[in-house]
Amino acid sequence: MMDTLRQLIDKHARLPVAAGTLAPAQDLYAAGLTSFAAVQLMLALEEAFDIEFPERMLNRRSFATMNSITTCINELRPQALAS
Amino acid sequence: MCESCPTLLDSLIHKGVLIETGVDGLYGRSGLFEQIVDGFDRMISRTGADQAAEVLRFPPGMNRALFEKSGYLKSFPQLAGTVHSFAGNDRDHAALLDRLARGEDWSEKQEMTDVVLTPAACYPVYPTVARRGPLPADGLVFDLNSYCFRHEPSKEPTRMQMFRMREYVRVGTPDQVVAFRQTWLDRGKILIDKLRLPYKVDIANDPFFGRAGRVMASSQRDLGLKFELLVPVNSEKNPTACLSFNYHQDHFGSTWDIRTETGEVAHTACVGFGMERVTIALFKHHGLDVSKWPAEVRDALSL
Repeated sequence: MMDTLRQLIDKHARLPVAAGTLAPAQDLYAAGLTSFAAVQLMLALEEAFDIEFPERMLNRRSFATMNSITTCINELRPQALAS
Repeated sequence: MCESCPTLLDSLIHKGVLIETGVDGLYGRSGLFEQIVDGFDRMISRTGADQAAEVLRFPPGMNRALFEKSGYLKSFPQLAGTVHSFAGNDRDHAALLDRLARGEDWSEKQEMTDVVLTPAACYPVYPTVARRGPLPADGLVFDLNSYCFRHEPSKEPTRMQMFRMREYVRVGTPDQVVAFRQTWLDRGKILIDKLRLPYKVDIANDPFFGRAGRVMASSQRDLGLKFELLVPVNSEKNPTACLSFNYHQDHFGSTWDIRTETGEVAHTACVGFGMERVTIALFKHHGLDVSKWPAEVRDALSL
């Protein structure tokens, strides 16, 4: 899943650096993620993993690191982890 | 309040302070209402006299192309008001009149014009600043006042669809704009103290649209980008934002490529005063008979 996630970040998060250079626990906002781009990333994640983030996950912290994103996706769709 | 009027809005209309138009959130204002608005406007000007602000006044409609570039539709599509006008021939005109007479939808030949209704007083200023080139070392301060439109019909008199917003806007380095916002957080409290209104200042978020908007609102709150000075008007539980203090970070600076003297992307902040909201809060707390308002409030407003 991390590979897919990195691809989506490269495509939608508009970071000045490649997602491949970022550690899973690294703060994406500190790396240049804006609120608008976080929303674009959220919509792309929903489409790619066929999920819908519930109300309680619609906040800044859910998209703060690749780890926090995978935690959310894992909770919503455990089988995605294996892909 | 008026004895037989169930709500504040009914009282204001019964007393002739506001004039009904048949549309919720769209009202006429009496001369007395305008005197109070003018008095508060002068109080703001006196408070901001040291800001060396450049006064700019724009009409309540803005260039649609600039509005589109501003990003407003990303965040608040539900609030935007676009101006449409008839674009057809004689036959289309006859069809329009025919549909009108039959009470049917007559909007078919309406086309978008180049004008949208201004959603916030500061929106036209950012492209204006950008066209001037890099900022001076001290940055800039602007003084704005405009009727604004937001499509949110409501029976609460404080939530109008067309209302006036006075603003000071700071454009400069992060340090300059953060200091500006703190200055006005302090000054806003002093202003409302002079009007003897109860209030609290709290962190806030804009009404971003949809599920994506929940993420935006959460970010805005987590980062402490928006504060509001809230006065209880319609209820104690949901007090009304009468002043707002907003730090946009580099949102407008990067959207419009506004640069500081040293070439960095400029940051912006603004303080907004809801002219109608403050006026209605005064009627709520001091009564409909302005002659009985506290003397210091009347003095402050030059009434």
